[in-house]
Order: sequence, then structure tokens, then C-alpha cells
Amino acid sequence: MKMWIAVIPIAAAATVVGAAEQRVELKAGPGRDKVEANCVACHSLDYIVGNSPFMNRQVWDAEVTKMIKAFGAPISDADVKEIVDYLVANYGA
Amino acid sequence: MRPRTDHREGDTMHRRDFLKTTGGLALASGAAWTAGHSFAADPPLGPPELPQGMLDSSVLDTLAGKVPLIKRTWRPPNFETPVSYFAEAFTPNNAFFVRWHLSNIPEVAAATWRLKIGGEAAGTPFEVSLEQLKRDFEQVEIAAVCQCSGNRRGMFQPHVPGVEWGLGAMGNARWKGARLKDVLAKAALRKEALEIVFDGADGGSFPGTPDFVKSIPIWKALDENVLIAYEMNGAPLPHWNGFPARIVVPGWTATYWMKQVVSISASAKPYDGFWMKSAYRIPRARFPVVERFATQETDVATPITEMVVNSLITNLAAGQQVPLGRALEVKGIAWDGGYGIARVEVSSDGGQSWRTATLGTDYGRFSFRPWSFSLNPERGALTLMARATNRSGATQTFELIPNPAGYHHNVVQRVALTVT
Repeated sequence: MKMWIAVIPIAAAATVVGAAEQRVELKAGPGRDKVEANCVACHSLDYIVGNSPFMNRQVWDAEVTKMIKAFGAPISDADVKEIVDYLVANYGA
Repeated sequence: MRPRTDHREGDTMHRRDFLKTTGGLALASGAAWTAGHSFAADPPLGPPELPQGMLDSSVLDTLAGKVPLIKRTWRPPNFETPVSYFAEAFTPNNAFFVRWHLSNIPEVAAATWRLKIGGEAAGTPFEVSLEQLKRDFEQVEIAAVCQCSGNRRGMFQPHVPGVEWGLGAMGNARWKGARLKDVLAKAALRKEALEIVFDGADGGSFPGTPDFVKSIPIWKALDENVLIAYEMNGAPLPHWNGFPARIVVPGWTATYWMKQVVSISASAKPYDGFWMKSAYRIPRARFPVVERFATQETDVATPITEMVVNSLITNLAAGQQVPLGRALEVKGIAWDGGYGIARVEVSSDGGQSWRTATLGTDYGRFSFRPWSFSLNPERGALTLMARATNRSGATQTFELIPNPAGYHHNVVQRVALTVT
């Protein structure tokens, strides 16, 4: 919940000052809900689409780990596995 | 840091800026400008080498105060300048690329903005308003290329993660402001000052997100060309390009050109934040650059510093058909880390032979240098290549120099055309 509180004012500000962020429709699949709930707190989901399809499991895993360790994203361990599985299955090499 | 924001002030600035720059361009080059910006000659969303996902998810979209640019990511906003704008040596403010690392980007009000100058190695810390910065320090102007370290990252093969930029994460502008060295002199730097650290007004979504903070070595900070700029091409900086003031480090990649700068600190030790220690680093001794950032080097890696020499053909795009029996004019730009362009050569036979292009107006060693070349092509397939060499003797590479973050792409461009 906390992260949604953080997201709403950013989205509102973006509509005032710039191009309205458009919803990025990710491919349907198990784990998509976890990706949408976590990743969007810091960045739009086109970051995922644009970085495809050339990353294997090891690289996607490193990216998700970087978001947690380097960028402070509060993603639970249980969600990490689902997120990486989803990214590899839908946006992997 | 996140100072108070004022949306009304920002909106006013955007409208004024938009009208001013658009009007100026229309007057300057009239119909030619319109024709050149139909996007017909550009691969509209980037070179075909980009990852398919990036080509699929890119669109032309308009940030407030900007013309339509190539949207690479919505948030934080990363928008690229279409190649057709590089037909002019100076990139219009409203077409200048946009690159942010973190999502919280306040609208900074000129009236309440303050710049703090201090740090442990400053004897007399102080702060200035925008008015004081303009009034109390000599105003200087310099033409300089602002290029993202990762420009052309999307053309890396194999691809590397990051914002998958095409050719347009760069621009050239006349930057006007105070010399950083003049401002630092007033702070009475102590002799132990090692690096100068810049912080902007932007911030991340979570407390654990490292603030975007960058440092440069003291010797570079005291270079007379380094500015705290408050004007760009004769107008206030657009919000998206760092209003009301940004750091300008001519010759070095844009990562050091802190936007919305709110603090400048003199540090007696190497700054150890994420954006220095972990990001924007290249393998040591792999690129032909001269200026090094010694206090941040490790045994294996070093911060990216000056731009590598590079060039771009601006009036022809891959796949284009050109008419037989008529002189074909090839136009482009070249730039480097501030040594100046010595020559540009063009090949029309796949790199077997090279002929010297004519260099255009020299706006200074940090600027885009226009060039042109004329040839009479024969019927059939034609591959054009352009290669720039700078005055330090460095030239562009034919083979990509791999590095994990995808920086310094200056592989000689090949543009395949058909003459019919």
C-alpha cells in the first residue's frame, strides 16, 4: 500500500507538466500482477518492454536484484521469484 | 533534495519558451525547416539495430514545451531527438533530448530557487539566488555538445540493459551562465579540495533510492569552460533540461551536467555515492580518451569522462532511394571531447577508399562541427560511411568496443542507399 501512496502524486504531477504517461500493457501471464504492483512504483513498464527480448534469466535476475539492493525497491522474496519468472518467460532472450 | 514546487510558474515558462523557440526557427529557415522535419527521412522511431521491444514500445510524443520527440520511457522521462533536427548545428531547445534517472522531478520556481555552495573543503559557504548568480558573476557563453553517455546503447550487439537509445540522446547548444570557478572562488576553497559534488532537485520514489549526485575532479571544476548555465540558445533552460540552472561540463558526457542544480560541495575525499561508485563507469584503458578521473579509479574501472570522437550523417537514412544522374550531397555533423575536429572522411565503397569532406563553420572546439560531401553515384546499391578524426589524433572505431553499461558507441556509421 505504501508504494501506491507514493505513486499517485507522481502520476498526477506528470499530467500537469508533461506528456501523460500512457498505460503500458504487458503480456498476460503468471506473475504479471506482481510486476505491475512492484515495478511501477519507480518507473513505467516500458522499461521492461524496451529491454527485450535479449536478457536471459541470469541478466533479468541481476536487474531485479539491482532494483532491490542498489535502488531500494521494497520487493518481498516471494515476489522476486514470480517477477523474474514472468520476465524470463515473456521478455527473455 | 526537493524544494517547494510551483506549477503555475513552470507552466508560464513553458508556454513562453515554446513560442519563442518555435517562432525563431520558423523565421530563420522557413519552408526548408518544415520540409526537413516531416520525419520522412528518419527511420521514425530509431535505427533498426535497436532491440525489437524498444522499437515496438517507442512513440512520438510531446512533453510540455517540447515538439514531438521519440519516447523511449515515460517515467522517468527519457525522450530522444529525431535525427532530422541535427541538420542544424544547434539543436532547438524544444527539440533537445530529455533524460532523467529518478521519477520525482519538481517544477522549480525561479523566484524561490537557491543554489548552496559549500562543503567540508569550502572556507566561506554561501548561497545565491538566480538573480544574484546572473548579476554577481561574469556571464559567459559557450557552444557545447551535451551527449548522454549511453547514446546509441540500443545499437550495441550483443545488446546490454539500459535505456536503449538510438542516435539522438544528444544536442548542441549555446550555454550561458557563470563560470563554476568564479563561483567556487567566492567560497574560498581549501587546498584539500579533491572533488566538486553536484546535487539536483530531483529524487527517487523510496528512501533507499540513491539520490542522483555526481562529482568531478577539482582540476576539471576549475576549468574556465565549466559553467553553471541558466540560458540555452538565448532562452531560459526548458524545465526538462534543468531549469533554472544546470552544470555544463564541455567535452564530458552529460552525466556530469547536473540539471536543476541546488547544491555544489567541495569534498576532501572521493564522493562515494552509487552514481559515482557503481554507475557511469567504463573498463580502464579500453578507450582512447585523454582526461582521467584519477580519484575515482579502481584497478579495473574508471568513471566515463570525455566524449569519444564521433560523427553522424544527418540528411540520408538507411533504405532511402536517391536519384541517378544528379550530385548527391551528404551532410552531417562531427564532435568529440573538446580537442576539435581535424577532419571528416567519407567512403562510398564500403570503406576501401576515403575522401575528405568539407568542414563547415567552426563554432568552437566543444560544438557540433557541420560537414558536407558531394558525389556522383552510379546506379545500384550505395553504402556511405563517415569517419571523424579529432585534433588529438583519435578516430572512430569500426568494431564496437564492448563495455557492460553500453557507453561510448562511436562505431563508423553505414548508410545503405539505392541509386535509381
